Amino acid sequence: MKHTLNYKLFSRMFRQIAFVGVAATMVSGAALAEDDVKLGLMLPYTGTYAALGEAITNGIELAIEENGGKLGGRSVNLMRLDSEAKPGKAPQNMNRLVNGEGADVIIGPVHSGVAMGMIKIARQEGAITIIPNAGLNAATRQFCAPNIFRTSFSAWQTAYPMGKMAYDRGYRKIATIAWNYSFGKESLEAFEEGFKAAGGEIVKQFLTPFPKVEFQAYLTEIASLKPDAVFAFYAGGGAVKFVKDYDAAGIKNAIPLLGSGFMTDGTLDAQGPAAEGVMTTLHYAASLDNPKNKSFQKAYQDTYGKAADIYAVQGYDAGQMLVQALDAVKGNTSDKDALIKALAAVKIDSPRGPWHFSKAHNPVQNMYLREVKNGHNVVVQVAAEAVDDPATGCVMAQ
Amino acid sequence: MDLTTILIQLLNSVQYGLLLFLISSGLTLVFGIMGVINLAHGAMYMIGAYLAYAFVEWSGSFSVALLLGIPVMLVVGIIIERFLIDHLYKKDHLFQVLLTFGLILILNDLQSLIWGNDTHGVPIPEVLSGSITLTDTMQYPVYRLTVSAICLVLALGMYWVIQKTRLGMTIRAGASNREMVEALGINVRTLFTIIFAAGVALAGLGGMISAPLSSVYPGMGDSVLIICLVVVVIGGIGSIKGAFWGAMLIGLVSTFGPILIPSLASVMVYLVMAIVLLVKPRGLFA
Amino acid sequence: MYNTPRSITLFLGFLFILLLCYPLYGDLIFGSKSSFYMQKLTTIIIFAILAMSLDLLVGVSGLVSMGHALFFGFAGYVLALISPEYDAANIWIVLPAVLASCAVIGLVVAFLTIKTSGIYFIMVTLAFGQMAFYFFNDSDFAGGSDGMYIMMKPAVMLGDIQLLNLESKQTIFYTSLACMALVYLILRMLLRSPFGQVLVGIHANEHRVKAIGYNTNHYKIVSFVIAATLAGLAGFLAATQYGFVNPSQLGWHTSGYALMMVIMGGAGTIFGPALGAFVFEILHSFFESFTDHWLMLMGTVMIAVVLFLPNGIGGALLEFVRKLEKKPVQAQDGEKSDG
Repeated sequence: MKHTLNYKLFSRMFRQIAFVGVAATMVSGAALAEDDVKLGLMLPYTGTYAALGEAITNGIELAIEENGGKLGGRSVNLMRLDSEAKPGKAPQNMNRLVNGEGADVIIGPVHSGVAMGMIKIARQEGAITIIPNAGLNAATRQFCAPNIFRTSFSAWQTAYPMGKMAYDRGYRKIATIAWNYSFGKESLEAFEEGFKAAGGEIVKQFLTPFPKVEFQAYLTEIASLKPDAVFAFYAGGGAVKFVKDYDAAGIKNAIPLLGSGFMTDGTLDAQGPAAEGVMTTLHYAASLDNPKNKSFQKAYQDTYGKAADIYAVQGYDAGQMLVQALDAVKGNTSDKDALIKALAAVKIDSPRGPWHFSKAHNPVQNMYLREVKNGHNVVVQVAAEAVDDPATGCVMAQ
Repeated sequence: MDLTTILIQLLNSVQYGLLLFLISSGLTLVFGIMGVINLAHGAMYMIGAYLAYAFVEWSGSFSVALLLGIPVMLVVGIIIERFLIDHLYKKDHLFQVLLTFGLILILNDLQSLIWGNDTHGVPIPEVLSGSITLTDTMQYPVYRLTVSAICLVLALGMYWVIQKTRLGMTIRAGASNREMVEALGINVRTLFTIIFAAGVALAGLGGMISAPLSSVYPGMGDSVLIICLVVVVIGGIGSIKGAFWGAMLIGLVSTFGPILIPSLASVMVYLVMAIVLLVKPRGLFA
Repeated sequence: MYNTPRSITLFLGFLFILLLCYPLYGDLIFGSKSSFYMQKLTTIIIFAILAMSLDLLVGVSGLVSMGHALFFGFAGYVLALISPEYDAANIWIVLPAVLASCAVIGLVVAFLTIKTSGIYFIMVTLAFGQMAFYFFNDSDFAGGSDGMYIMMKPAVMLGDIQLLNLESKQTIFYTSLACMALVYLILRMLLRSPFGQVLVGIHANEHRVKAIGYNTNHYKIVSFVIAATLAGLAGFLAATQYGFVNPSQLGWHTSGYALMMVIMGGAGTIFGPALGAFVFEILHSFFESFTDHWLMLMGTVMIAVVLFLPNGIGGALLEFVRKLEKKPVQAQDGEKSDG
């Protein structure tokens, strides 16, 4: 407990100012007792994705804090390593946490490309890895492994259910648009699969250069195509710009905007009224009406002074699953097989609703259809219950 | 593509091109006159955008934000020129590249220290929040047109200053012959400080007026820098006129290119640049 | 003119032996972390190769490339694309193929950029690097932004005998170390050769070299192709080490860092950039280990080097030795204007 508190104090301080000399001594001072559970966090703390890394870290901390700052009765040593969202550095960073710091469990990353680099090492070294965000399908498909878990989602899960929802709302011809990078493409493919399966038709797919935020040319094309609706995937600054541009171009009134939930999560304040009426699917909504979510939102607000977003939930669940699994093995992290078994068996009472792991170690979870009303994602209905990723190519799922 | 769409796309091209010109003009100005390459130009754009965000949050008015933001950018420019760039005039460009690369890292970190890592929106000023109807499905926001107008006015203003004023004469002379200007009794030292600060302020202004359109977020300066470099290289490094036509060309290419040849969407501008350089190794207007 | 003083050669030899013996003492000093440090050293050694290859352009020929990572990343992609999916590739085929393809791409880029000089060259190489970045980032065949795996590391066989097992971390370490020494020797020899002397002459005064009757563009193109090929070797090793390639390895940040290693180490000294790679990476890891704001510290170091140590560590060493021996040794002049 003491160490956890110490750690939090440090991290808060570091976030404010870099004390060069002092910090070095602190780290050596923080070389904690041998019997700590070592968690290696490989998340982006600088750059475009830094807000996500921060939210996930907060979520993990909160879950552990609620358990008295301990995991399986042992104190916790959280080791943060900036992934910089740079895939090229992922293998060596992973290597640093696994072999350098001897982390018992690695939690990370946010970025799918970084996940590829991490998974490579995780598979080689057998390091227990919990992915709290990166949604690349491959992580729990062809590259799945017993020691790799994901508390977030696969790209497929967040977009496929929207296909049926869109069809049910009477849309027959839809244009799709996303950044031209792997996660964007996977999201569009999943939506298109779902929409076609329901009977709809994709009139055109636009892939825009990543990470450029100049959309006017595409919006003009969309306006002239006049589809029934548009399905889009953007995140962060791109999502804000896209939703604002879409609204400003006046298309939204004639052609409704649908999307993957990341387009309106953590970005609503910046999007303002432009986001009103946008419908998305995601495995969470801050307004979800269940006791767990209410207590979680309150605790998060009290501790960090802001509302929890989806990334905080995914971090929180990573923390929760560690709490459960380490209790089950009574804090014994040396028997990896037993720990993996315990991790795979967790049943999480999450702010997003209950979920458990599929055979491929991806969450089996509800997907919610949400609509932006008065600056909030309001749940319209459950888009699909207990959605399981197809896990194509995963040997564990067969 | 029907005629209406083509016309709207042309409008999009010009609008994007003008904005690109505004941001690139500072880069090319600083190089043309001072022989300094400032990789931190994109970071200046980012700082401008964040200043707009901070000042609008504080004052609630976009015009106040502009009035406060521009002097701040000028001061930032003066500080950087006096304390850092000043040591590099006689050195290889290599050192300018590295020093300003180091500046990018520092400024990105400062941004995260001061403003945090969240994405923020900046509201469009009330008076300009309307839009003009173009087709039954398409409108054009007045603010976008205003941004274009501002860029156009600045382009004409710059043309006038450089071609018609005494300062412009000194600038043109300084670009071609530093010793001669000094012999005329003009303080090149001060001139350089003014030019660099102006370049920084132009990038900052670009960031400020883009902020309501694009929102502000960490790392937003990086992609702007690269596209500006392309514009400047195509136009001819140091040429304001070149930056204008380079920006227009890139505006056209990045609007029509991805629609006509989607598979080359992100590579297109670089291909255009390579072709221009094959034909004219020093850019179109150097 | 570019002879390294004996004391520096001895110093470098000492450092090399220190590296060579790492597997002997690593366990004693670092205990369980030893294997991590060996992999970290391997990564740094690979960067040292990249930095030395860039020095041939920057320090020797005076061509400041801001797109050198292009060849580093491209090599990895070529290896990933030509390696069979479930089988180890034959290194005697893939290594020459990778190097040759880097040489070809180097030739193309050189042909397109060599007419430009100074600032143009910097920007144009940067733009080519970005073009390559987007090419792989948008590619369906190469895994797009997620990158690609090399499932099995290349097999080093002679007939039926396995010469090296690249799956072993120690073997990769020694292989990289050997490559670093080899690249260093190649570049040294190149510098001493008449060809190298012409390059040095071009850097000092291109007009004069032209006036003597040399086609300086041809020389510059050849040096660019050599540098590209050596960067390709570094890229090949990097991709082999972790079996993973990603577009970010071609990005301009990687190029910028490589350039920083060259300057930090001392442009034109060949051994300097290798030292620079070590100092740069060690500082980076050190800063990162205690603060999220390592970017600011790294940026400050970069600016400090530019302002206070423009000749780099190598330059400072040469200076130091010169003072010690009281005999003039020509250090590389960092304040040269382009042209």
